[in-house]
Amino acid sequence: MTDLTKLTLKSALDGLSKGDFTSLEITDAFLNKIDAINPKLNAYTLVTHEKAREDAKASDARRAAGNAGALEGAPLGIKDLFATKGYRTAACSKILGEFKPEYESTVTSNLWRDGAVMLGKLNMDEFAMGSSNETSAYGPVVNPWQVEKKLTPGGSSGGSASAVAADLCLAATATDTGGSIRQPASFTGTVGIKPTYGRCSRWGIVAFASSLDQAGPIAKDVTDTAIMLKSMCGHDIKDSTSLNVPVPDFAAAVSRGVKGLKIGVPKEYRLDGMPEEIEKLWQDGINWLKEAGAEIVDISLPHTKYALPTYYIVAPAEASSNLARYDGMRFGNRVDGKDLIDTYEKTRAAGFGAEVQRRILIGTYVLSAGYYDAYYLKAQKVRARILEDFTKAWEKCDAILTPTAPSAAFPLGQKQTDPIQMYLNDVFTVTTNLAGLPGISVPAGVDVNGLPLGLQVIGKALDEETLFAVAGSIEKAANFTAKPNL
Amino acid sequence: MSVSEKDVRKIARLSRLAIQDEKVPVMVDELNGILNWIEMLNEVNVDGVEPMTSVVAQVLPMRDDVVSDGDQQAAVLKNAPKADSGFFVVPKAVE
Repeated sequence: MTDLTKLTLKSALDGLSKGDFTSLEITDAFLNKIDAINPKLNAYTLVTHEKAREDAKASDARRAAGNAGALEGAPLGIKDLFATKGYRTAACSKILGEFKPEYESTVTSNLWRDGAVMLGKLNMDEFAMGSSNETSAYGPVVNPWQVEKKLTPGGSSGGSASAVAADLCLAATATDTGGSIRQPASFTGTVGIKPTYGRCSRWGIVAFASSLDQAGPIAKDVTDTAIMLKSMCGHDIKDSTSLNVPVPDFAAAVSRGVKGLKIGVPKEYRLDGMPEEIEKLWQDGINWLKEAGAEIVDISLPHTKYALPTYYIVAPAEASSNLARYDGMRFGNRVDGKDLIDTYEKTRAAGFGAEVQRRILIGTYVLSAGYYDAYYLKAQKVRARILEDFTKAWEKCDAILTPTAPSAAFPLGQKQTDPIQMYLNDVFTVTTNLAGLPGISVPAGVDVNGLPLGLQVIGKALDEETLFAVAGSIEKAANFTAKPNL
Repeated sequence: MSVSEKDVRKIARLSRLAIQDEKVPVMVDELNGILNWIEMLNEVNVDGVEPMTSVVAQVLPMRDDVVSDGDQQAAVLKNAPKADSGFFVVPKAVE
């Protein structure tokens, strides 16, 4: 029998539908593989064996009764940021302890509604703050590529990317506040899309920076992310920023082609000191799209270099406010002190890791009396400028092509000492979060060491279909078939 | 702008984060490193620009003013570090 874990989501759904195998069979195949491989990668922080097998049996029964959903029987991994009823949801932070939500996030509810099976919870940077998965209270995730080198899978959705790349799930949920879906996808040879802000409900997702956070999938190919996204999306009255718009058939757009599309190439994304191979990969992407019938146009996004500093005001400010709820009173861990304030301070100092504390301090500072105008208000105005850059670009093009990240995966431990060096990982991805736009990363080649590199396509708000068409075209031309050797 | 040790202690207090004495100078350096980098934003001309408060151009939806949830005492207390007789147990807050 073929190794079921190596299937794409699409081919697994086809196989299940034809009766080639049952959900229980493919679920067991994944559970066995997770038990064998996860100790090396640390991608899962919780494997829900029993729940997965129960879900799978229920799915097989539904299929037998003729009630198969869009993801019927597909075993998925869930980032630890999504609340899963009755199963530990810790945002990979010590402060949440063994928190077991009494409710289910809207995005995961949508997946279960469509028949998916939960394999477990996936590792991530603590509260999604990080670009290397090293801030997790559960320890770093190892990239399955050249596993002996102990490279980062990227972050914050490092567990999701690592698990998908290593065939430890058919696809995974992830979230992206500054690049946390796309950069790990680029580092692991997987596909990841951050949809337009408001496409996916944020209800039941542990909040980091509410005006930037957005859920999306990481999967093995472009079609699989399209299938996942369709199930994850949809209007939700429990999230006031959720958009009440129809959800298109994203998968149908993947093979649409790019003939006649105008693809913008922003000169400001050509960084000094960028590795030559990334420059070359970008040029490959340009050539592929040209050959497929697209027109390439030079564009300018002049405020690009201000996006990261803007992000590092807006995101910590929102985080400092969102994380005020962790006080050790109603849920999570408590460290007793001599009085109430002392209990708060000891609880939070013991429960939050160094990067989270750093961001809370920055956020509190930029929001404090006397500094609000100089930092927060200023950042909100620059943010308007960044959005304006894109609005002007859309007069000249339909989508934008850039590299996803300024490097391939780097060794764990390499960038831990300098926060700003770590922040620079998100230089190409963070602009779309600030502007609320969709972005997809698709594997397009390897670097000199054989490590995967991704290209990013940025689209207009709510135009994920064009994104899928362009990404589908790149995927076809790049023919990236390399897999990590585990 | 840069922060001093006194500022860091004040921010930590506002953030309700206990900070060890030996960590204060480290934090001063780290925060100043980040704040100096952020100073780059002073180059941007934002005259007449309205601050962006939301990426979605929609008004907040209204819902009917009716009770839609409740009676979940057990669920609410389920994850409490300390609970007794249907209440959260917390340190004394009023003398």
